[in-house]
Amino acid sequence: MENVRLPLPTASPPASTAPTAPRLAGDLAIWFFILAELLAFGVFFAAYAFTRANHLELFDAEQQALNRSAGVINTVLLLTASYFVVRAVQAAERAASAQSARWLLAAIGCGLGFVGVKLAEYSAAFEHGISLSSSPFHMFYLSLTFFHFMHVILGLVILVALWNGARQGRYHHGDMNGMETGAAYWHMVDLVWLILFPLVYVIH
Amino acid sequence: MSAEIHGTPKRATVLWLLLITATLLTWAMGAADVAGRLTILLLAVLSFWKGSVIILDFMALRHAPVLWRALTLGWMILVWALIAIAYWKGLAR
Repeated sequence: MENVRLPLPTASPPASTAPTAPRLAGDLAIWFFILAELLAFGVFFAAYAFTRANHLELFDAEQQALNRSAGVINTVLLLTASYFVVRAVQAAERAASAQSARWLLAAIGCGLGFVGVKLAEYSAAFEHGISLSSSPFHMFYLSLTFFHFMHVILGLVILVALWNGARQGRYHHGDMNGMETGAAYWHMVDLVWLILFPLVYVIH
Repeated sequence: MSAEIHGTPKRATVLWLLLITATLLTWAMGAADVAGRLTILLLAVLSFWKGSVIILDFMALRHAPVLWRALTLGWMILVWALIAIAYWKGLAR
């Protein structure tokens, strides 16, 4: 996989055949922020896993009551939003601002879909009397997913800002920093969910 | 050139379809109510592969200085190792 280089879709300057120097996509500051976020989620995940080891029957029984289909729909929505963001970045690089804005709008739609599904899930949980204090599993389920939920909300705010910038033609091949910085944050939100979902909804 | 670091639309589309397929596989494993060492191993491998697509392709870290790949992929390895240790601890009880 390391050496795969697919041809570019459209003709580009001859310079594209030159060896690529390593480059971090986006602002360095966002990457330090992303590392801090990954660390926080990592500690949370480990705390869940080790608490579960001491309450196996409880965790397994209450996990069974979760709406796994909602979890899968949300995984598909986040992955699709991430894919749309990649397409928006690629379009911006081709200076196709209008196209880039449309991809971002589609990504925002998926993110809003995630929020809607999650709110429905929370509302059903509260109806069943589930709260932070109802059990160790529910404490982790609610706090972990809500911590992630807040990141989705911030991610959506960032995507809206990118969409606004793309509509004004702010991003292009020579100036991709803002677009890449926002995209990296969104992908982090997706990356964390890819562990959260199997850990909390599936593994037992 | 920065055009190279984000790959092509075709590559992104293929990866997205594979990610969705892997997600449906995870869901099927949940629906079939399978459990045990082999299952958690398979779930971890699937999740790890999905995460590495996000890291290397979508975040474009494949083309970043090696330190950033080491930090992010290393984070995933560490998190899954801790989850596996905790799972084994639970099985041993």
